[in-house]
Amino acid sequence: MLENFLTLGWIMIKVVIIIVSLLLTAAYLSLAERKIVGFMQDRVGPNRVGPLGLMQPIADGLKLLFKEIIMPSRANQYLFIVAPILAIGPALAAWAVIPFQPEWVLADINVGLLYLLSMTSLSVYGIIIAGWASNSKYAFLGALRSAAQMVSYEIAMGFSVVGVVMAAGTLNLSDIIAAQSGGIHHWYWLPLLPLFVVYWISAVAETNRLPFDVSEGESEIVAGFHVEYSGIAFALFFLAEYANMTLVSALATIMFLGGWLSPFQGIPFLDQYLSWIPGIVWFMLKVSFFLFLFLWFRATFPRYRYDQIMRLGWKIFIPLTLIWIVVLAVMIKIGVGPWFS
Amino acid sequence: MGNKMTLLKRLRHYVKSFLLWELLLGLKLTGRHLFSSKVTIQYPEESIPRSARFRGLHALRRYPNGEERCIACKLCEAVCPALAITIEAMPREDGSRRTTLYEIDLFKCVYCGFCEEACPVDAIVETGLSEYHFEKRGQNILTKDKLLAIGDKYESQIAVDRKEQWRSED
Repeated sequence: MLENFLTLGWIMIKVVIIIVSLLLTAAYLSLAERKIVGFMQDRVGPNRVGPLGLMQPIADGLKLLFKEIIMPSRANQYLFIVAPILAIGPALAAWAVIPFQPEWVLADINVGLLYLLSMTSLSVYGIIIAGWASNSKYAFLGALRSAAQMVSYEIAMGFSVVGVVMAAGTLNLSDIIAAQSGGIHHWYWLPLLPLFVVYWISAVAETNRLPFDVSEGESEIVAGFHVEYSGIAFALFFLAEYANMTLVSALATIMFLGGWLSPFQGIPFLDQYLSWIPGIVWFMLKVSFFLFLFLWFRATFPRYRYDQIMRLGWKIFIPLTLIWIVVLAVMIKIGVGPWFS
Repeated sequence: MGNKMTLLKRLRHYVKSFLLWELLLGLKLTGRHLFSSKVTIQYPEESIPRSARFRGLHALRRYPNGEERCIACKLCEAVCPALAITIEAMPREDGSRRTTLYEIDLFKCVYCGFCEEACPVDAIVETGLSEYHFEKRGQNILTKDKLLAIGDKYESQIAVDRKEQWRSED
């Protein structure tokens, strides 16, 4: 009995550690975004709150915490409150199966990838319900756009995940990483390069980030699905968006860039000298790289038109992934390269 | 549609769009700007150069011997397009004509600078001061005392600015 409680307590501690570090990541990702996008536009970004503006996310958070949550008249009150919770719940729950380093995973389950796919699919409900419950035409338009977009890109994303599953032969994330060990050229980004690119672009579209942010579309529909939200309810959507960005970055790292594996594996001297670095450092570095790509894209690309998004998703990505899955099957059958032999 | 494009050109177009070539070029551009020097001016600590002809807060000047310049000719009051200036005048004890009331309503003023152009004795001027604020109702009215105090405080800068202006007008 006592043992059960201790196990439960230990799991709760791990959950709290993951969630707190995740929320901090999301908060500071917003600062990094403002800084990097600012730098790319020849500005300096926020630098007033604390040294180098490092307290800015704290100030933003406090501000949002103290603001009033305005309930629009004739909004569906119950759904209006439930929507942000539905948005952030899956974004946090998905992290249960992410391995940060060997043995560092909350739930080492064999259907990890499937669980992740289902969790990321759930996050669309938060957006749709928010758009519907707000009783605002802008919010409704944003929700409709986002629903169609996320559903179409989920297919391409699912197909690229199928490629990874075929290559690794398992749905367990730790095993997928282990299957990539042996140096940079053993990671799946090389044999699955088209799937990697498709996955990454779909991931940007899935998280409704630029250049696929039609569901938010400031210049057309104000703020899309979360126009009517204020205060901490808005903050939940905001955190969910950034937690989702981090999640798809972590997924890309695990599936294509070898998760916690050191990039110097197999190189005679560097491997030994750098073996003291824990895997989580490599993992975080790789995730940061993908997060930087998010911000870089945002600073570079203009928003896609809605029909262009649909064309890219249905007419290019889905056929491309289907073809590459066949190619991949052939590669596995005849045992190509260092990956499948 | 494709008739006008040669096969080679079409092929190149396909390959280019498939390799996301244009997108990579865009990323390269923003990537370069990430490291370029920034144009931001950190305002309270830094500021952009101010022209000598900048028209900011008003001031009344004095002669070097301390005598106020204004002779209550009311030209500024007459020329003011926003009717922001109110002047009342009476002879002083020594018989010279002076203002008893000289007020500028900063809420009405449009900072056109006609008052300083009209002034025959360079008494009313607009200084380069752009940073000022009001905390209470009524502080938008600059009285004669306030105007003279501003003039006393910034006289050296005002004199330099006038010199600059005249030089550029020659």
